[in-house]
Amino acid sequence: MVLKSLTGNYAVALAVKMARVDVVAAYPITPQTTIVEKLAEYIDGGELDAIMIRVESEHSALAAAYGSALAGARAFTATSSHGLLYMYEWVNWVSRARVPLVMAIVTRTIGPPWNIWTDHSDYYEQRDTGWIQGFAMDSQEVFDMTLQAFKISEDPRVYLPVMIGLDAFILSHTSMPVEVPEQELVDEWLGARTQGFIIDGSEALIHGALSSPEYTEEFIKDMGKAMEEAVEVIREVDYSFGRTFGRSYGGLVELYKCSDAKYHLVLMGAWAGDAMEAVDTLREQGYSIGVVRVRYTRPFPGEELYKALSSSKGVIVVERGVSFGSMGPMFLDIAGNMLKYSRKLPYMRNVIAGVGGVNVTYKDFEYIAKETIDYIESGEEPSVMTWYHARRSK
Amino acid sequence: MSSTPTLPRDMRNTVLPGHAACHGCPIPMGLKVVGAVFGDKVILVVPACCTSVVLGMHPGTAFNGSVIHVAFASAAAVASGISAGLFKRGVRGVQVVAWAGDGGTADIGMASLSGAAERNDDFIYVMYDNEAYMNTGIQRSSATPAGAWTTTTPLGKKESKKDVTKILIAHGVPYVATASIAYPHDFYNKLKKAAGIRGFKFIYLHAPCPVGWRFDPSLTVKVAKLAVETGMIILYEYYDGKIHISGPSRPLLDKSRRRPLIEYLKFQGRFHGISEGELRNLESYVDSSWEWVKKFMQ
Amino acid sequence: MSNLTKKAKSLHKIPIARPSIGVAGRTGTWRWMKPVVDLSKCTKCYQCEIYCPDNSISVEALKGAVVNYEYCKGCGVCAEVCPAKAISMVEEEQHGP
Repeated sequence: MVLKSLTGNYAVALAVKMARVDVVAAYPITPQTTIVEKLAEYIDGGELDAIMIRVESEHSALAAAYGSALAGARAFTATSSHGLLYMYEWVNWVSRARVPLVMAIVTRTIGPPWNIWTDHSDYYEQRDTGWIQGFAMDSQEVFDMTLQAFKISEDPRVYLPVMIGLDAFILSHTSMPVEVPEQELVDEWLGARTQGFIIDGSEALIHGALSSPEYTEEFIKDMGKAMEEAVEVIREVDYSFGRTFGRSYGGLVELYKCSDAKYHLVLMGAWAGDAMEAVDTLREQGYSIGVVRVRYTRPFPGEELYKALSSSKGVIVVERGVSFGSMGPMFLDIAGNMLKYSRKLPYMRNVIAGVGGVNVTYKDFEYIAKETIDYIESGEEPSVMTWYHARRSK
Repeated sequence: MSSTPTLPRDMRNTVLPGHAACHGCPIPMGLKVVGAVFGDKVILVVPACCTSVVLGMHPGTAFNGSVIHVAFASAAAVASGISAGLFKRGVRGVQVVAWAGDGGTADIGMASLSGAAERNDDFIYVMYDNEAYMNTGIQRSSATPAGAWTTTTPLGKKESKKDVTKILIAHGVPYVATASIAYPHDFYNKLKKAAGIRGFKFIYLHAPCPVGWRFDPSLTVKVAKLAVETGMIILYEYYDGKIHISGPSRPLLDKSRRRPLIEYLKFQGRFHGISEGELRNLESYVDSSWEWVKKFMQ
Repeated sequence: MSNLTKKAKSLHKIPIARPSIGVAGRTGTWRWMKPVVDLSKCTKCYQCEIYCPDNSISVEALKGAVVNYEYCKGCGVCAEVCPAKAISMVEEEQHGP
């Protein structure tokens, strides 16, 4: 094990290299670009024995990665925002094809206006595509999650592609220490690639042929089943990763100071670190609050969240994205999924913040949490959904 | 005619009877030649096009080889990926062939085709050209010739046909060729030659569609032959920086040996009622195509 | 290492099809004109077999061109390309299945 200072993007690239990918297909877009630049450096420098396909668009990036994955190669691509939207047809195609593949999404606001800073709308818009979706908090987790993504994607119970979200700049371009394991240990833990079928001419296989509604329904239903199975696979992979490398994250959800907490901040991404800092301060001030950090949004960790939140006095879901005309996508997921376990939901508030990349600090989390808690403690209920505007509130 | 050599027996084994093609469809004719060259050691990459339907419905397929159906714009990109994946895994002796229509090539697939060509990725791209979006019901594509009726050009297409072959020559790839379903031996030889070259290979395949062009399904081969004999379609290869004209088109370098264009057009309902002016336009399109070819033969 | 890529038994339903004859059913029922070969005229030149879009006519070494009526759709390409005029198209007595 060595300790390296890595940006989020370089942590992705290093994990991809250590997973010994065979093919990388990618197209530049800020702020993803440094991932593929680093991979190009690894490949051309002889450190990674892989083929890089320098495609002419994101649509082709995922298409080419897909082709090589069908042919039995471990494949990777990465993109952001408009690039992700441009490849959207292929995002859906790959999951429905049931081919293991890993993609990093450096989350970035969608235009217009042009904006390169982070919000989660590009990531959220993929939630119905059939990809497993994880979201990391820091460089170490990005590194670990990328390695884990290959293992989850290639598990015979799953065979679905995995995307890993990481925030633009806050994480993608910020250096943090990362424990990098020995290559041999990674090889042993990850193992050889497995997939449900390989199209390499060794037998005549036809993939994706015109299909009747009845067959198609079976394929789609099976994706749902694989997603359900993936819950256990993600937990297992997190556990075995911890046994091998000494780091576990608690599966699909990480709980911070939740064991005795009456109130809960729920969120995902790099700013969860700021929320944790806010919780430390709030605790000093006598507020009983913890952070529930969502690591995976597909499959959605309904069970974990129900366990963590069902007896909460107040749940504050803070999100960097909104479904226009409705609410925050994660808030809707939490509310809907908790109904699977109980008809009685705790008080829940949805705060939309940091959209467009607006900086949200631990001070803002303190403010949001205090405001909500003070309302509830005084017997009032604040509105269920609010926009928190950082510029105006300070 | 009867002296023409027979094609290998794999031609018989690749396209399986009972497929879903229309009467007289040129697509299986072309695919049979692909089968004759590669047997089942071929991976076809097929974007949305007639072939997606011709090969039939899950769980069966009328092609005795591997086929990957892909999103419309992506045949070339997926083929690049497969080719890279196979190479990386050390798999040899399997030919990747992108098999796309004119819409998937000249229109929506142009960017990914151009990208793969510029990267010189190692596979064969076949554009089978039935000169319109036949699968969706005969809408014009950029490869539809001027004057032709389609459901979106009820008065005839105003613009000239986009010549994708020229565009591919401009990419500087190692092998570009034109072929016709009427000349399977010529197409066979071109596929064989392409298979022996590393890098990006493009073959244009002229494929008259009885349904979309409004001619009797028994005449598919005849119409395809007339396209060549009138000089509308010129069969050639491009390699080593030069055009090498192919056997069936070679005599037609002499304009007087070309049959009048009207002989090709008259069998096709889509050209019924074209004006004298439109006919002249088409004739000058043919002449300028030949002039262009002659320039690149030097 | 990646050369070891394994095809693990899939527990899932994946859209993989296999080559098979008759994917569109017995397409012979689509026929309204039927090719009939006059074997005395057949020169075994293979033209019909080479062009047949339905892969439903084959030239047997001793006999000559034989039509697979189960799948022949009756497009008439074979009759059109036959240089010996050995194939004629005759109307089907029964239409449809």
